[in-house]
Amino acid sequence: MTVLFGQLFTGISIGAVLLLIALGLALTFGQMNVINMAHGEFIMAGAYTTYVLQQSITGAGLSLVVALPVAFVVAGAMGVLLEILLIRRLYARPLDTLLVTWGVSLMLQQLARDIFGSPNVQTRAPEILTGNVALPGGLTIANNRLFILALALAAVAALTLALRLTPLGRRIRAVVQNRDLAAVSGIATSRVDRTTFFVGSGLAGLAGVALTLLGPIGPTMGTNLIIDAFLVVVVGGIGQLKGSVIVAFALGVLQATGEYLTTLSVAKVIVFVAIVAFLQWRPQGLFTLRTRSLA
Amino acid sequence: MTAVTPAPPGTAVDPAPAGVLPPGRSPGRSRLRTAAGFAFGAALLFAVAPLVLSDFRLALLAKYLCVAMVAVGIGIAWGRGGMLTLGQGVFFGLGGYAMAMHLKLADAGPGGMPDFMQLYGQLDELPLWWRPFASPWFALPATVLLPMAVAFGLGSLVFRRRVRGAYFAILSQALAAAMVILLIGQQGTTGGTNGLTDIKGFFGYDLDDPVNQRMVYFIIAGTLLALLALTRQLIHSRYGELLVAVRDGEERVRFLGYDPATVKLVAYVVAAGMAGLAGALFVPAVGIISPALIGIVPSIEFVIGVAVGGRATLLGPVLGAVAVAWARTALSERFPGTWTYLQGLLFVVVVAFLPGGLASLWALARRRDDGAEPAPRGWSVLGRRRAGRTEVPAA
Repeated sequence: MTVLFGQLFTGISIGAVLLLIALGLALTFGQMNVINMAHGEFIMAGAYTTYVLQQSITGAGLSLVVALPVAFVVAGAMGVLLEILLIRRLYARPLDTLLVTWGVSLMLQQLARDIFGSPNVQTRAPEILTGNVALPGGLTIANNRLFILALALAAVAALTLALRLTPLGRRIRAVVQNRDLAAVSGIATSRVDRTTFFVGSGLAGLAGVALTLLGPIGPTMGTNLIIDAFLVVVVGGIGQLKGSVIVAFALGVLQATGEYLTTLSVAKVIVFVAIVAFLQWRPQGLFTLRTRSLA
Repeated sequence: MTAVTPAPPGTAVDPAPAGVLPPGRSPGRSRLRTAAGFAFGAALLFAVAPLVLSDFRLALLAKYLCVAMVAVGIGIAWGRGGMLTLGQGVFFGLGGYAMAMHLKLADAGPGGMPDFMQLYGQLDELPLWWRPFASPWFALPATVLLPMAVAFGLGSLVFRRRVRGAYFAILSQALAAAMVILLIGQQGTTGGTNGLTDIKGFFGYDLDDPVNQRMVYFIIAGTLLALLALTRQLIHSRYGELLVAVRDGEERVRFLGYDPATVKLVAYVVAAGMAGLAGALFVPAVGIISPALIGIVPSIEFVIGVAVGGRATLLGPVLGAVAVAWARTALSERFPGTWTYLQGLLFVVVVAFLPGGLASLWALARRRDDGAEPAPRGWSVLGRRRAGRTEVPAA
């Protein structure tokens, strides 16, 4: 029983990291049909922001609190820059955005290598987050994992509320559901796109801050995460958030269970096969936005 | 040009210049031109290169030509079929590992075991799934058939359910990630991160001998030319036109009574077979196959050469792949950091602003000479979409 719960929590915690990354992708991929491979490097930017802030702010707890908004803005600004310079020109060619942003991600990785050096760097975690929470029944849960879970859930809640209640959220939903109709209704779709890209990329920055609690920071830290996160969005279905939330946790638990029963490498293959099998059943993802387009 | 509904989200309409025979050019003249081109290419590869290049450079060229074989396959699947496959490394790897396993077993002799197995795995006897590869009658066909079988399995599941565009690209990339992690994880039987190294013999010939290295080069050059001839026949056939039609308007093709899933599946499987063959020939040319050569990053690097050369042309992928591989060696020897920037920049500039690759510049120059051919619609050199989609000229 203890083992079962332990595995379940490991899975949920893997899922929380995936979710933080996939949320931003769900926004940009869902709304603009843009596949941003540089999203992984925005994660890296968020992580390095934490590292840089710790050089000047000595308190680990304070620097983490400061890093969250700063990383959001840094990554978001990078996203907006990318949108203005390149992605805006490529909206009609989604597959080409994938290759172009891959090129951008290569350059950003090299930039990180030139600035911070190739070896990984480490940040200090606040003391509060280094311990464990003991639960009845001999269970322990690491505080940093709990913090990431809380951060992911808070991001989902904030994003859901923003999309439901604010005027900006209404505009974003309108553009997602029918871009042309939104445009003729007087919504400046290109401005909405840019804002969406800012928020989506900013979320990657938050994910980067969270990842500093789990391991070292390196120039290629984003590459491996990004594919899993894209899979979450593909399986969850684009155009809404709830699919990504469910699938992120489901994949996390599947990965953790597979790892426990077999090995890490076999678990990855199990997850892949499960995804292909799932797409047989629902090729458009778990939830799909119903549109009248001929797809 | 009829009014076309705007591309619905999810369908990746990815126009590329339809390289089908342009109107006004007679098939006879084109055939003559192709024959002359092949003769020229063969002369270059078989006579000029071995005379001009040193043994070291010739071995490098052999390696580039293997990459070019993968590129030819990507040209069919992506340039002609619109399927951006980011996992060709998987098929390259399957072919490479099948060949390397056989050569390792041949090196070890009858009843022997590859050296690394005692080292990592402490295995007493050969794993069951290694055994068939001792026979060349199994291993050689497997280098091509194994990748094709995997591509068939994945493709038939995915295309039938109309998973396409970006979804397909991401799935193919995830396949590459899963394959690499599996290979590294099963170190005892796959050699792990190191891969299968130190391959000495090639069907009884010593690979350290420069003469035999030359022989391997000639085999590779001949195979590439054969694949190009095959590809030319394929893209000028009825099937080739159907493939372009599926790329440009999958729904229309479906309404015409064809099954787009089968059309795409054939292109994907053919591309996988070419990648497998390339991997198999890469092993004797370079002497190693490892996860680092087949993962996500090398898989996407296969694509860049194709994009640079011109994805929808016959020769573009080959020339692009060789040029990019050569530039990589030349530049990364001297300035390792600069090459990464340059490679990134290449992706950005070529794909964003020159989606037809360098071939579209060539086509533009030639068009100016003739002054007769109109540019394909929906397509311009600077990559800005014009109204409407690419229209396939009737042959």
